[in-house]
Amino acid sequence: MYRYDEFDAQIVKERAAQFRTQVERRLSGDITEDQFKPLRLMNGVYLQLHAYMLRIAIPYGTLRSEQMRKFARIARHYDKGYGHWTTRQNIQFNWVALKDIPDVLNELAEVEMHAIQTSGNCIRNTTSDQFAGAAADEIADPRPWCEIIRQWSTFHPEFSFLPRKFKIAVTAAEHDRAAIRVHDIGLHMRKSASGEIGFEVIVGGGQGRTPHVGTTIHEFVTEAHLLDYLEAIMRVYNRHGRRDNKYKARIKILVSELGAQEFARQVEDEFAAQSSEEKIVLPQAEIDRIHAYFAPPAFEALPETSEAFITASHDDPDFAHWAKTNVRAHKQQGYGIVTVSCKPIGAPPGDVSDAQMMVAAHLAETYSFDEIRITHEQNMVLPHVKLDDLYTVYQELKAAGLATANYELISDIICCPGLDYCNLANARSIPVAQDLQKTFADVELQDDIGELKIKISGCINACGHHHVGHIGILGVDRKGEEFYQITFGGRADEHAKIGSIAGPGLRAEDVPPALKRVVEKYRELRTDKSERFIDAISRLGDDPFKEALYAAD
Amino acid sequence: MPLIKNGEVVSDPHNGETHTLGSFLETAPNDIEDARAVRLMPDDDPHELAPYLKDIELIEISFPRYADGRGYSQAQLLRRRLGYQGELRAVGDVLRDQLLFMMRSGFDAFELERSDAADAFVAACKEYSAFYQPAADGEVGVFARRHAG
Repeated sequence: MYRYDEFDAQIVKERAAQFRTQVERRLSGDITEDQFKPLRLMNGVYLQLHAYMLRIAIPYGTLRSEQMRKFARIARHYDKGYGHWTTRQNIQFNWVALKDIPDVLNELAEVEMHAIQTSGNCIRNTTSDQFAGAAADEIADPRPWCEIIRQWSTFHPEFSFLPRKFKIAVTAAEHDRAAIRVHDIGLHMRKSASGEIGFEVIVGGGQGRTPHVGTTIHEFVTEAHLLDYLEAIMRVYNRHGRRDNKYKARIKILVSELGAQEFARQVEDEFAAQSSEEKIVLPQAEIDRIHAYFAPPAFEALPETSEAFITASHDDPDFAHWAKTNVRAHKQQGYGIVTVSCKPIGAPPGDVSDAQMMVAAHLAETYSFDEIRITHEQNMVLPHVKLDDLYTVYQELKAAGLATANYELISDIICCPGLDYCNLANARSIPVAQDLQKTFADVELQDDIGELKIKISGCINACGHHHVGHIGILGVDRKGEEFYQITFGGRADEHAKIGSIAGPGLRAEDVPPALKRVVEKYRELRTDKSERFIDAISRLGDDPFKEALYAAD
Repeated sequence: MPLIKNGEVVSDPHNGETHTLGSFLETAPNDIEDARAVRLMPDDDPHELAPYLKDIELIEISFPRYADGRGYSQAQLLRRRLGYQGELRAVGDVLRDQLLFMMRSGFDAFELERSDAADAFVAACKEYSAFYQPAADGEVGVFARRHAG
């Protein structure tokens, strides 16, 4: 994992000090809430329905146990004892008092953390594959480049007042777990025939009111040119992106209005026009320095199978089921990647208590080379666990309420905070998620249904990624009543697609029975269990599922 | 409104007309003496000034709203690509907490509507001692500083 040097540490310390004076100016009445707004928005502080909310950056979702323990302390000391993982691999605290935030930022700085790039119209926290560095299917670890992008984009003097927020995601695995095609820029690391690493650059994806899947504008930008190429994209966007309408200000609108080809041409022109004085000097020694932090940990040479694992699986069927559902193949023989579900049946998706954070920190420290990941699907990951240790880890997770066996299953729902917290929301989303989880709580039923991703947003801004849910649910307000619009067939992976709207919205209480009918229809129509819901939709189209959705009318 | 240059409130050295880009482009080819100062709006393309940059003494870049960041790109283009060396002044909705971004983008003069403009400016300049990326202020970025010498 990356560690700060004196420059990184200094910048974060200076940021905390700067914000302290800004908060003092606000609390003393020297500046109004209006004048304070742009300042707090550059520090992850939002004004929500009931209180200020603090969003803390977890760069590319990677954490050390020490940092997780700091979150636990913040939850306990400054909040109501819990935090919430966001769909940008960050954490939100919903009840922190404004007067305490400078102290929180100081405490974060002590463990090399901050709230920079979590709000405002700047380049936001770069996200990545939560299995980076562990996945069997990646060609390289994408995180060194995420870190380089983080540093380059931090307080960028030219790109801190963009038309709108700007999100970059990077993956190096063929199977895209980072939803890069629905980002402003998605970078897919590729290997050339000669073995050189470069980046396929995908631009103009996004969700919100006008969802788009991004378009590739360059097949292979070399490592040496990446930052300069990103600068060229950002300049074209900053100069020509729309500023007349907040809902048309994202880069996806510029790309679609110009056409991807014309946009690409403008980027190429801008890139070609850069003088040598304008180029970013990123010495090879610096690229190497940052990569060195992400060198693989000291894995043991282990056999492919583990006797301890086989015995425990045999003796404890619940463990066997959890391992089958939540553990994925590791690049290193004898290890597994553990997804720690933060979606127990009937709780707000993505919420974790201070005690659970402490358990995760302890397990990471003891069994996973001190590493934890946060996923955009609002779960945690222990990336490097020996198969020999899985049963112990499982038992400790289970005791902490963290062993729900539902990774990628129907109850592993992405859900935004909705009207329970958010002042943009039109409808509640958490209660809908909870009702659905209860409807599909049966373990065997979930296992039989297989991979099925439900994603719920409480408003059109789509923080809950409903456009790319296999089943998406969007809360809307119609004359003071909440309705839920269902979409089918969306996906966020390498075959990214925006879901299509099934028809009129449903009342909250009608959503679970309607989706139950849809799922039953799927089980009836699938060729066999290996045909996932999303595959069945591709083969059959939406119609049979729409029919099932509205069958009660 | 106070004008800040080099950390101090100064009186405006320019007393001639400040042209819009349109009026500048009409005037400059015939009468460069009368075309020493121009104000760019966010939509304007600084490349249009390229033939005249040696003769221009003042370019004002207007920020109608602080959130409109096009002026930062205009400034970077003028300084780093087109080599403009005269005064580059930020006018309009210029806030204390943006001064550092402006300075880094190449501005060297600021109209700042505050009674404590000079103090605010000096304080804002001192808030950070290191910057990751190179910009128009000549600062060496951290990427390079780490490996200097």
